[in-house]
Amino acid sequence: MDLGLSADQRALVASVSSLLGTNSTTARVRQAEERGFDPDLWRRLTEFGAVAMGVPEAAGGGGATLVDLALVAEQAGRYLASAPLVEAVVAARLLARCGTARYALLDHALASTEPLVIALHRAVQSTFRLVPGGAVAGLVVGLDGADLIAVTDQAPGRARANIGSAALADRSAAPAAGSRTVLLAGPTAAVAYEGALAEWKALTAAALVGLAQGALDLAVEYAKTRHQFGVPIGSFQALSHRLADCATALEGARLLTREAAWSFGAEPDGSGEFGSPALASMAFVFAAETAQQITAASLHVHGGMGFAMETDVQLFFRRAQAWPQVYSGIRAEYQRLADLEFGPAGVR
Amino acid sequence: MDFRLGEKSDAFRAEVREFLARHLTGEMIEQAHITGTYHNQELHRALAESGYLAAGWPVEHGGQGRDPLEMVALAEEMTLAGAPTDGMTTTLMIATILRYCASQELREEVLPGVLKGEIVMCLGYSEPDSGSDVAAAKTRAVRDEAGWRVNGQKMWTSLAQVSDYVILLTRTNPGVPKHRGLTMFLVPLDSPGIEVKALETLGGQRTNMTFYTDVLVADRYRIGEVDGGWDVMQTALVHERSGKGRGLADRLLADALGWARTVDHADAAPIDDPVVRLELARVAVRNEVAKLLGYQAAWAAANEEMSGPIGSMGKLFASESYVRAAADLLDLLGSDGVLQHGDEDAPAGGWIEYAHRKAAVTTIYQGTSEIQRSIIAERGLGLPRSRGR
Repeated sequence: MDLGLSADQRALVASVSSLLGTNSTTARVRQAEERGFDPDLWRRLTEFGAVAMGVPEAAGGGGATLVDLALVAEQAGRYLASAPLVEAVVAARLLARCGTARYALLDHALASTEPLVIALHRAVQSTFRLVPGGAVAGLVVGLDGADLIAVTDQAPGRARANIGSAALADRSAAPAAGSRTVLLAGPTAAVAYEGALAEWKALTAAALVGLAQGALDLAVEYAKTRHQFGVPIGSFQALSHRLADCATALEGARLLTREAAWSFGAEPDGSGEFGSPALASMAFVFAAETAQQITAASLHVHGGMGFAMETDVQLFFRRAQAWPQVYSGIRAEYQRLADLEFGPAGVR
Repeated sequence: MDFRLGEKSDAFRAEVREFLARHLTGEMIEQAHITGTYHNQELHRALAESGYLAAGWPVEHGGQGRDPLEMVALAEEMTLAGAPTDGMTTTLMIATILRYCASQELREEVLPGVLKGEIVMCLGYSEPDSGSDVAAAKTRAVRDEAGWRVNGQKMWTSLAQVSDYVILLTRTNPGVPKHRGLTMFLVPLDSPGIEVKALETLGGQRTNMTFYTDVLVADRYRIGEVDGGWDVMQTALVHERSGKGRGLADRLLADALGWARTVDHADAAPIDDPVVRLELARVAVRNEVAKLLGYQAAWAAANEEMSGPIGSMGKLFASESYVRAAADLLDLLGSDGVLQHGDEDAPAGGWIEYAHRKAAVTTIYQGTSEIQRSIIAERGLGLPRSRGR
C-alpha cells in the first residue's frame, strides 16, 4: 500500500498549481464566464502538456497514468479552470486507442488552438446534446449508433446559457461530407466509448474534489476572520462542526477518486484496460455529492455576502452543480452503479 | 500509489480466516447475542495461543510484530465474521498502557497472564458526571499507610462481569487543574468493596455500573506517576495500533443484499426495485469511503506519516454512515422489518433490525461525533477552540 504521492507527482501538482494560480484567478474566471472558455489559459495548459501528457508514449504523448491526470484535474477544479480540460484529455486518449491510422488526426487536434472534446451523450437524431466545450471545440468524439466517430471542420455550436457558465453546445453528428470520420465500428466502439466515459467520471470526480477544496478554503478563511457577537464565527460549533463534516467528506472523496484513478493501471497502452468502472462511478457520485454539500455550506457560512455575485463562493456553487450534471443527475448515476455492483435488475 | 493492503496483509488475512473457520462457532455468536456479553473465553484463549491477541506487539514483548496494515486485515476478518472480541479489544488497550507506563513488578504480575489469554481487563474511565469531559473524574483515591483508598462510581464498565482487572482513572489531587490531579490504577476486581451492577442497553449489549467503597489498592497497582494519570491516557492514544477498514456496515450491507436478492413466489425480488437499488448503492459507496479513511490512518501509522485528524475523520464518517445505513435499510424492509432475530419471518435473520439499535451507540462511544468534529475543526482546519477546558 502506498497512499502518498511520489516526488514527481508532487512536483507535477506544484507546477500545474502555479500555472493555474497565475492564469486562472477568480478575476480571470469571471472574465471568461460569457464564453465559458479562456483561450489564453488553454494555450498555456496545452503548452504545459496538460492534454498530451495523457496520450500514450506510442502515440507521441507523455504516457501519464490516470492518477497523474487526476492530480492535474484536481488542480484545474481547484482554480475553476475555464477550459474543457478533462473532456480534452479523455478525447485524446480515446483517439489514441483507435489505432495508428488515427494518430494524424490526434496530432492535428493537439496542435490546434481549439480543444478536442468528448460528447458525453450518444447522438440522438444525429445530434450530440450539451457537449462540454462544444461551443469552442474543433474536434468532437462521440458515439453515433454503433459507430465511434470524430467530427471536425465544423463551426463550433451555439453556446447554451447554463448554471456553470460552461461552453456547452449541441454538435451535429452528421456534418457535411469529409468532416465525419468513423474511428471504430461495432462492439469495440461501444466498449472504447464506455471506457472513456469511466475515465471521464474519475477525472471529473478529481476536478470536483479540487473545486470542493477551494470552496472549503474560502469558508474556513471567512469563519476565522468574520466576527459576530465579538468572536470569530468559526468558534461556534453550529458552524465549525458543519465544516468538520465537509472536511471529512472531502478527504474521503479525494481518497476514493485516487483509488478509482489508480484502478486504471499504470499505462494507457490501448489494451482495453479500463480500470474499475464501478469505482469510477462511486468516485463520481461521491465527489459530486461532496462538492455540492461543501459549496452549499461555504455559501451559507458567508452569510448574506455568500449570495452576492461579487463574492467568489457563487462561482464554485454553480460549477459544483454543472460539472457532474451535464452528464447525469446523481441519482441516475447511482442506478448505473447498482447495475455494475449488483447486476442489472430482473436478471437472476 | 497503491491501494492494496499488500501481500503480507493478504497472507495474514488467509491465516486469520482459517483460524476463524476452526475456532469461531455459530453458537458463540448466538451466545454473545443472547447474553449481551461480547466476549468468549474459549475464543479468547485460542486467540492468545495463536498469537493474535497481541499480534501488533513486538516479538520481544510476546507479540508477532505485525504492522498496522496487517492489523487492519485482522480487524476486518474478526468484524466481518461477527466474532465477539470486545474483551480482546479492551484487554489489549489496557495491556499496552501497562507495557509503556506500569512498573516492572506490575507488568510481571499481569502481562504473562494476558498473553496466555487468562486475564481479561476492562475500562473504568467514564463516570455518571463525566463522559466526553473524562478529565473531570470524581472517583477519589486517597493515600493511607496500606496503599490507596478508592471511593466512587464508574459508568459503562463493559465486561466487568467477566474481567479480572479494571483500569481506574481517579482523582488524587482536587486542588489543581483537573488534568493535573488524576492518577491511574489497575484494580483487581475481586478486591473487597467493589460492586458490579448490570446495565442493559438498547443494542442488547450488557454493560455495567461499578461502585467502589473504601477499596484498598496497593501502591504497586499505580500506573505512572501520582497525578500523572492524564499522561497515561495520552499514551494509550499515541500507541493505538488497531487498524480499521471494512467493518459493521459491510456486514449490514451483506445482510441487506441477502434479503434484497430473495426471490418471492412471483419471481420478484426487492433488488429489482430502483428505490432499493439506490439505497444499497449509497451504502456501498459510503462503506468504500469509510474503508479508505481507515486504510489512510493505518497507512500513516505504518509509515510514521503525520496524519492530522484522519483517525477522527474515519471514526466520525464510519459511525455516522453506519447509523444512517441501518435506518435506511431497515425502512426498506417494510412491515416485516419490525420482526426480530429469532422470529422465522424476520428479514435477513433480524440482523438489520438489530444493527439499527446497535448503531446508535457507535456515534457516542470512543469519542462522540461532536468530540471528533471539534478535533477536526481545531486540528485539521485551524478553527478556534469551541469547548471549555
